[in-house]
Amino acid sequence: MPEARVIPLHTDDLAERPKAVDDVGPLNGADPGADTANQDAGTAAAKDEPPAEWEAALADLLAFARRRILGDYQVDDFGFDADLTENMFIPLLRPLYKNWFRVETVGMHNVPDVGGALVVANHSGTVPLDALMTAVALYDDHPAKRHLRMLGADLLFRTPVLGSLARKSGNTLARNEDAERLLSSGELVGVWPEGFKGVGKPFADRYKLQRFGRGGFVSAALRTKTPIVPAAIVGAEEIYPKIGDLKPLARLLGLPYFPVTPTFPLLGPLGAVPLPSKWYIEFGEPIPTDEIEGDADDPLLVFNLTDQVRETIQQTLYRLLGQRRNAFLG
Amino acid sequence: MKQVPPSVVLVTGVSRFLPAQLASRLAAEPSIERVLGVDTVPPPRDLLRQLGRTELVRADIRNPHIAKVISSAGVDTVVHASLSANPVGSGGRSAMKEMNVIGTMQLLAACQRAESVQRLVLKSTAAVYGASSRDPALFTEAMTPKELPSGGYAKDAAEIEGYVRGFGRRRPDVSVTMLRFTNLIGPQIETVLTRYFALPVVPTVLGYDARVQLLHEQDAVQVLERATREELPGVFNVGGAGVLMLSQAIRRAGRLPFPVPDMAVGAVDRAFRSARLADFSPEQVRFLNFGRVVDTTKLREEFGFTPRWGTVEAFDDYVTGRHLRPVIPPERVREAEQRLLTLAQTASEMREVPCQKRV
Repeated sequence: MPEARVIPLHTDDLAERPKAVDDVGPLNGADPGADTANQDAGTAAAKDEPPAEWEAALADLLAFARRRILGDYQVDDFGFDADLTENMFIPLLRPLYKNWFRVETVGMHNVPDVGGALVVANHSGTVPLDALMTAVALYDDHPAKRHLRMLGADLLFRTPVLGSLARKSGNTLARNEDAERLLSSGELVGVWPEGFKGVGKPFADRYKLQRFGRGGFVSAALRTKTPIVPAAIVGAEEIYPKIGDLKPLARLLGLPYFPVTPTFPLLGPLGAVPLPSKWYIEFGEPIPTDEIEGDADDPLLVFNLTDQVRETIQQTLYRLLGQRRNAFLG
Repeated sequence: MKQVPPSVVLVTGVSRFLPAQLASRLAAEPSIERVLGVDTVPPPRDLLRQLGRTELVRADIRNPHIAKVISSAGVDTVVHASLSANPVGSGGRSAMKEMNVIGTMQLLAACQRAESVQRLVLKSTAAVYGASSRDPALFTEAMTPKELPSGGYAKDAAEIEGYVRGFGRRRPDVSVTMLRFTNLIGPQIETVLTRYFALPVVPTVLGYDARVQLLHEQDAVQVLERATREELPGVFNVGGAGVLMLSQAIRRAGRLPFPVPDMAVGAVDRAFRSARLADFSPEQVRFLNFGRVVDTTKLREEFGFTPRWGTVEAFDDYVTGRHLRPVIPPERVREAEQRLLTLAQTASEMREVPCQKRV
């Protein structure tokens, strides 16, 4: 709700300020008026160069604000709000993606343009920014602008604010029923099977894949006969190097861990700024599941396939790390 | 299984909108011999007019007297639609529970004795699935809630479903249909939600936004009618296609949301309840936090019914049908959008002129 209100006020501000200056300028005539007018002329000239583009952007923004105020948008059965994701969440994450982590994607052609597929990736970074960046990558860098529907932990949906934001941005609870429903309706589903074990592992264990849950994701792909796309994310381990864990505090807050990094909680809120590591996301060759003999209830088949996915990701991680010279420069 | 059309139908809760609509439709059908409408209170005058040749039986289903009514009339189809979700309307929570649960037990006891009864239709609710953060995105009929509802309407419904299942085991010759309705909405029906969205400032729980699935009142009547006239045993979820977010519904109705912190919900509930405005029982609050969506594949494929109204269409029909005056008129928003756009355009044009002069 507040975001929908803030946007029109902001544009209102942008639109009215120059007008006010023009009204005041000739009346005052003196230095202060001329000063601000000059400043404004400068910014205006910069903004005005492509006037059509600027106006189109404003029109889009106002139309978005209008849709939000009137509730004129669609939400799917899972609570995914494509309008909000495309016009708000992804634009907010884009600077982090482009300028801060300078994410480079490899093998985007391995992600199908249409139909269901399961992207399986390594989890790291203390705070699961890797999932958000993967979602931005698949929307911005994939030719079909695919939305990644992520499977999230129970804790995420129990938390106020975060829980509802997670649903609106396309997350759903990591349950087989939900995963299968999404995959069979042709969605691209993302899963981080290491869960908290992966995202919260100590910095010393970086790039060592943890146990891959119970292989639920594999049986979901098998049942729906959708391909598994293994993805390796390099760079996310260095954003918050977790060197300690305040377990009593974590227990008190009901969190799986309470991280200590070189800067957090030492520098307070400043310590919450992620380190600007250079990221690579590589999507590997899809593993088809439609021709595999045997059924999803065969535990041995599920374990073997889980292992195969895990090994592929681990090998890709080692290769990418071998090519990388510096964690921050790439 | 025999496909006998019903000839004597008994409908409970006939003083309320949905059962009354069903009774009036059945009464309009000449192939049905008799329609008996049971309730403790006489129907309001506007409903009474629609009921047609329905014979009103002013009886309490909690009273064994109901058995006499069923056996003497030779009732073959019982539609139990009196389940109440509204503690304010039925004289407090304990009265509501007694009416719901004890009433059902008496009714089922009477049906078990009556050889004539061939079909039982229960109007239940999707609330039996509960509402929590650990729920699957969509509930199918085979799923059970993570934890049994701890109280209120949902608990009543879960208990009633249990008794009906027991009845089905004891009378395997009776075809039992259980319909789990999502929240009903429409221009005429009175429910907890219709009163909630009619408030000018709508209290919500801070930090949560629920997925809401709705069913239009006319679709609900048609589903009940189909279940009464045809033999379709089983449990079916009944809901419109698609979902609305609670915040989105509030905006579509042109209301203002009033987010209340989780801790203050109790106080707000007491205030609203004493003012008889709305109900914020714990189960209602959980629903407002997490919402609930059901899978209606079985309804469409096995039951053979596709609701005419989706969730969004049903909600819009309620808003226009109730003549809810939006607090923020949509035309005003569209006007503001246009005005801002032209303002920005003229501003940028005006800026260009002085700009060149100075350079």
